Amino acid sequence: MEYILIIISAIFVNNILLSQFMGICPFLGVSNKLSTAVGMSGAVCFVITLATLVTYLFQYYVLVPLHIEFMQTIAFILIIAALVQMVEIVLKKVSPSLYQALGIFLPLITTNCAVLGVALMVVTNEFTYGGEPHMLNLAESIVFAFATSLGFGLAMILFAGLREQIALNKVPKAFKGIPIALVTASILAMAFMGFSGLV
Amino acid sequence: MTLCLFAVCLVSSALLAAVYAVTKEPIEIAEQAKTNNAIAQVVPEFDGEPVADTVEVAGKKYPFYAVSKEGKPVGYAITSSSVGYGGPITLMVGITSDRIIYNTTVLSQAETPGLGAKCVEPEFADQFKSFDPMQKKLSVKKDGGDIDAITASTITSRAYAKAVETAIAVYDAISQAASQELPADASTGVTTVTVDDCGADQSDNQDNE
Amino acid sequence: MGKFQLITKGLVKENPTFVLLLGMCPTLATTTSAINGMSMGLATLFVLVLSNMAISATAPYIPDKVRIPAYIVIIAAFVTILQFIMQAFTPDIYQTLGLFIPLIVVNCIVLGRAEAFANKNGVIDSACDGLGIGLGFTIALTILGLVREILGNGSAFGFKFISGDGILVFVLAPGAFMALAYLIVLFKKVTAKKGE
Repeated sequence: MEYILIIISAIFVNNILLSQFMGICPFLGVSNKLSTAVGMSGAVCFVITLATLVTYLFQYYVLVPLHIEFMQTIAFILIIAALVQMVEIVLKKVSPSLYQALGIFLPLITTNCAVLGVALMVVTNEFTYGGEPHMLNLAESIVFAFATSLGFGLAMILFAGLREQIALNKVPKAFKGIPIALVTASILAMAFMGFSGLV
Repeated sequence: MTLCLFAVCLVSSALLAAVYAVTKEPIEIAEQAKTNNAIAQVVPEFDGEPVADTVEVAGKKYPFYAVSKEGKPVGYAITSSSVGYGGPITLMVGITSDRIIYNTTVLSQAETPGLGAKCVEPEFADQFKSFDPMQKKLSVKKDGGDIDAITASTITSRAYAKAVETAIAVYDAISQAASQELPADASTGVTTVTVDDCGADQSDNQDNE
Repeated sequence: MGKFQLITKGLVKENPTFVLLLGMCPTLATTTSAINGMSMGLATLFVLVLSNMAISATAPYIPDKVRIPAYIVIIAAFVTILQFIMQAFTPDIYQTLGLFIPLIVVNCIVLGRAEAFANKNGVIDSACDGLGIGLGFTIALTILGLVREILGNGSAFGFKFISGDGILVFVLAPGAFMALAYLIVLFKKVTAKKGE
């Protein structure tokens, strides 16, 4: 039951893009075409889940025992950068077709604040799923990270679909490009507000 | 190449450790000052240092501070929390020796800015000033109580009232423990008292915040 | 380019928020009020100036291949230092801005300036560049925060001038996107006229 709450909350209610504002750069940058949005979402999904797993273990088995929690930010960003690099190398060797689909997005992901954001969230915030406030355990963290990245993908793909439609229409000159995209995002965020109170 | 990166990491870590060592004390002082401010806000005038202690109610430990003036106990500042809309809401609730809530203050909350986050503002929070739980009912008007909820933030308002209610349960546990011991050393040791109905009620979060 | 020009170009011509459209996450997330927006801007300014200076000083000694990871480590170190300082001296602001303080590490403005300016220029020039861009960012965030606060809450910098609630949606997520969209359009209009 608790896992279902986490999933619904992370995908719809607290959508990482539309209510937490993390990962806005790729959201605005690579959402022109549906196909690139799908590729980016896939890559982010993979990296967020993997990065959360590794940083979670690193936090509780290295930083906390050594009492160097203050190295958290620096350690996490290095882990994420190294992971992204590794995923890129492995993917290139193991599955060239997948690499071609996701490869160009991988370097961009290091500076996607959703990745670092989720990794930090699970080790610093208390969550309230199922009653008392508590820190997430490993399984919950992974589920939370995966669901959050699904929420990222959902918002991203919906948004790309909308932008493809907008591109066919006449937009006032001053609004061309980013402003009309932001207005669209605003309306999409309003739609997602309808989910609030669900969990 | 690797050596260079290693050197950068080493220098950065050394710098961080140095700054950490320097700011450690001010951070602790700032945290202490925050707690002391919160205590001073929620209880009547007192002298001496507040005495920190914890009490266990329904299997959960609650920290509290006992304050006294000229040797006589004035009341307790109790930390309690409940589940709000955006996460936990933690309050410091001051209850005087006659079981009346003197004042409350928010220690931490993550409610929506402009909506639930208004629970820190006096318009809402002052309703709990000099609140006598024997005279008035500690729940929002929608649930038949005497608290005006924040506009469009019923969950937050409920959570706030719930945390105050928990604090009263904690107070009862403290005074029960104190009456069993000698009044003078009431502030030592952890006491277990079971009080029903102070866990968060999760059943009706259906409306908007 | 003179030092003065280096600072002023970040305010209008290369304004990071309204022209370069960088660092959108903190821009949208922390501007629920003018004060919050300004605090976030100043926090970024602090990191930007220091990291720009450190990177411009060390750039000649760092091999090209490990340049990006090295910059990230330097930036992350300054962000953590900022975290300590804020925890010690402005704990309330630290709590309000929350996760977005450590997330300055992945703010594209900071890494962007390191790549585009600091690693090719002198320490003083880089500091000026960081100061200019940082001020541009701070001003943009303050304006956005102010607009959202006035519309959403009926107050400016915490001073309430109408009783009751404002148009709540402007403090919430959709209002952030909407207000930023209109501010960018307005900024384009104003600067385009000046150019003619």
